[in-house]
Amino acid sequence: MSSFTLREPPPVHAPRAGRTRRQRHPLTLAVATLVAIVVLLPIATVIIIALSGTGADWPHLARYVLPQSLLTTVVLLFLVALGSGVTGVGCAWLVVAYDFPLRRTFAWALVLPLAVPPYLSAYAYGEFFHYVGPVQTALRALFGFERSTDYWFPEIRSTPGAAIVMSSVTFPYVYLTARVVFIMQGRNIADVARTLGAGPARVFRRVLVPVARPAIVAGLALVLMETLNDIGAVEFLGVRTLTLSVYSTWLNRGSLEGAAQIAIVMLFFVLGLLFAEQAARRKQRFHSARATQMKARPPRIPLSGWRAAAACAIATFPVLAGFGIPLAVFGRYALNRLHQFAEPALGEALATSVVIAFATAMLAVGVALLLLYAVQVARSSMMHLLVRFATIGYALPGTILGLGLMISLARFDNFFDALARDYAGFSTGLLLTGSATAVVLACSIRFLALAEGAIRAGMEKLPPNLDEAARSLGRSAPRSAATVLLPLLQPAILTAAILVFVDTVKELSATILLRPFGFNTLATYVYENASRGAPEEGAVAALVIIATSIVPVILLSRPLMRDRDA
Amino acid sequence: MFANTFHLKTGLAALAVSAAAVLPPVSAQAQDVVNVYSSRQPFLIEPLLDAFTEETGIETEVLFLREGLEDRVAAEGENSPADVILTVDIGRLINTKEAGVTQAVENDEINANIPEQYRDPEGHWFGVTTRGRVIYASKDRVEQDTITYEELADPKWKGRICTRSGQAMYNIALFASMIAHHGEEEAEEWMKGLKANLARKPDGNDRAQAQAIYAGECDLGIGNTYYVGLMMNNEEEPEQKDWADAIKVLFPNSEDRGTHVNISGMALAKHAPNQENALKLMEFLSGPEAQAIYAERNFEYPVHPDGEVSETVQSFGEIKPDTLSLDEVAKHRKAASEMVDRVGLDDGPES
Repeated sequence: MSSFTLREPPPVHAPRAGRTRRQRHPLTLAVATLVAIVVLLPIATVIIIALSGTGADWPHLARYVLPQSLLTTVVLLFLVALGSGVTGVGCAWLVVAYDFPLRRTFAWALVLPLAVPPYLSAYAYGEFFHYVGPVQTALRALFGFERSTDYWFPEIRSTPGAAIVMSSVTFPYVYLTARVVFIMQGRNIADVARTLGAGPARVFRRVLVPVARPAIVAGLALVLMETLNDIGAVEFLGVRTLTLSVYSTWLNRGSLEGAAQIAIVMLFFVLGLLFAEQAARRKQRFHSARATQMKARPPRIPLSGWRAAAACAIATFPVLAGFGIPLAVFGRYALNRLHQFAEPALGEALATSVVIAFATAMLAVGVALLLLYAVQVARSSMMHLLVRFATIGYALPGTILGLGLMISLARFDNFFDALARDYAGFSTGLLLTGSATAVVLACSIRFLALAEGAIRAGMEKLPPNLDEAARSLGRSAPRSAATVLLPLLQPAILTAAILVFVDTVKELSATILLRPFGFNTLATYVYENASRGAPEEGAVAALVIIATSIVPVILLSRPLMRDRDA
Repeated sequence: MFANTFHLKTGLAALAVSAAAVLPPVSAQAQDVVNVYSSRQPFLIEPLLDAFTEETGIETEVLFLREGLEDRVAAEGENSPADVILTVDIGRLINTKEAGVTQAVENDEINANIPEQYRDPEGHWFGVTTRGRVIYASKDRVEQDTITYEELADPKWKGRICTRSGQAMYNIALFASMIAHHGEEEAEEWMKGLKANLARKPDGNDRAQAQAIYAGECDLGIGNTYYVGLMMNNEEEPEQKDWADAIKVLFPNSEDRGTHVNISGMALAKHAPNQENALKLMEFLSGPEAQAIYAERNFEYPVHPDGEVSETVQSFGEIKPDTLSLDEVAKHRKAASEMVDRVGLDDGPES
């Protein structure tokens, strides 16, 4: 049986007991600090833009815009947290603890909604539940209604509607993180509790949810940041969040400064979220002491009859909602445009997407490893803070983060060009902003939170005594990291890389702002095609985005299934 | 000696990857090329640029970017490869000028092709097409064949009007023109009346309003002329023909000041590296051949005085454009945008 230990994390400043050689790693720290500064560049630029504003927009914003959009944002975040939290945790527990038909299929199918970008899902929902969509048409045929005034139908273009759309595509973040915890220790603890006489509902509520809480909160933090930064879905669904106010201030009132100021308000939200996450992590830390003994676990609880049917239904619903509906809507449109599959531009966009997403995944994972490692060896609260800040860009609207990066990179380009002209006599032009480098950088910075979160979760699951053992045998910290920790972290690194890869394939707003001439990813290709005011024109490319993400998304669930979950 | 293996590896991997990702920057200064930064849809400008290349032998490079186009050109500064900027909406054209990324053009051919009312007095931007902001009315449930914008606030339409978000740029321009004609106070009263008459919370795009009329959710919608043309000719989604068939196009205020029109336009970038070619492209876009392509492909109105309107658009009836200069209208955009927030137009009728 494996066990778990409950312990306080070591205080940040005090050196660990028994550690006599206080090692310094000036090079690591210098490199990490430099990287963190580059990562913080766009946010810093946004802050500078915000501060350069006169504040002339504030009387208007404070009176007519912010109260309403703050409220909408809070309500939306709450509903999405509820929706994706319940769905993610519930489904994770279902597939880990019970046995029912198709359970193994559901285990990976529940990750599929991650492949669907929220903006596509919102459009699909709008069509699916529209008056002329299949659901209402069927209802009318069934009950003989003739006009929309004859019956009541919930409005998908509303805050609850947006919450359903966002939850349906983001709950896998919670599902993935919660499932890992349940697999690693859930059933064992549950068994202990059960032998002590607790019923299943009580075990779930009193034992499992608290144990998994840090993981659930980590997953929820990603869900909420993605909800905050979304513009495509909320705009389509007519939900006036802070992000939408950023856009109308910037584009209609011509005030980038005012827009940046609202973006800063959003950063406070994120800091609040991060604080909550930190607090949840601080309270409890669980380690499974000996992972190898897990094979001796008791079998899953088999379900049969109506219980099995209910389990299947419960697991089917989120897959249909997050994946089935978008697939059906775009699939139908794609049928009318099969010739588009053969267009060479689509193939090029696919290749570009894969190359960019791969490069971004590598870069983001590398940066995350470096920063987390620096935090570990430095044990300084400064470094810790720097890394926390470096990941909050995920919550900003992609366009605003992209603008921040574009402005700072272009400064650098023009500065470098002037230097080259003065001293070397030739022009370098726009070195970074004129090439795809800017896109890779922007996506890496944007999705660093995903990589950092996944790797940190992996690090925290490792028993600390491993590193201590290696170090006490005379290995230096970096060697211990390279030879002991890195191999053990491989699953976490793979998870991080895949999450970043998938999100980069879906990324639109920063890519479209920073791309060079003749550069199309699948997402920008969809956007270009859909830009004639008819999103169905992008259906084929949308399907290719979903298909491209499916393979890595399925991979995401494999390492777990192979040895423990099978 | 292995002390730094870990971060060395990480660093090297990251470096190698970012180096691999650096595709060679496109050479912006190549001969016989013109670089276009466009917020107009690629499918729409492609045939125009192809025709241009065929006629002049000058190749075109296009960067499609909707939000942040002028910010990008501004950030790129002196090294910006942009030659010609194509965009829609008067507000965007003026923003571009105010961002300081355009330069004045004094060209007799262009000035002869484009009426004064549709270009910047200082030559920083030029309209190339116009589109009316009209009323889509249900054929079955609306009997009258004329309408005014002012009438949209009349209580007889209570619960019968649909529109997209009040913050959408075409609505902002329309509201700005209301402010220009009536003053801010009266325009605000009007907007409150419009809000009270809405059938539902503003959302979707212009086509969605036609769809809503088809569905019986409302009887009047606000939309641009060319969407009707696109729906009528949509072979891939034939159901959109039904939507277009459910509505008739009413040109508001035809009997007094005329219908509010907006423009799509072009500007010469301040640091255009291929200025000569850029001017050739601008001349071409204002000329008869390009104007005909605009009209036929996207059902817009050409600005060229001799330009022919497509048959589809002719079927809507005659448009009489509001003659108030767009430059004047655009001055009220910020006020219009703030008014939408103040009135709470996007909250819908109930609140």
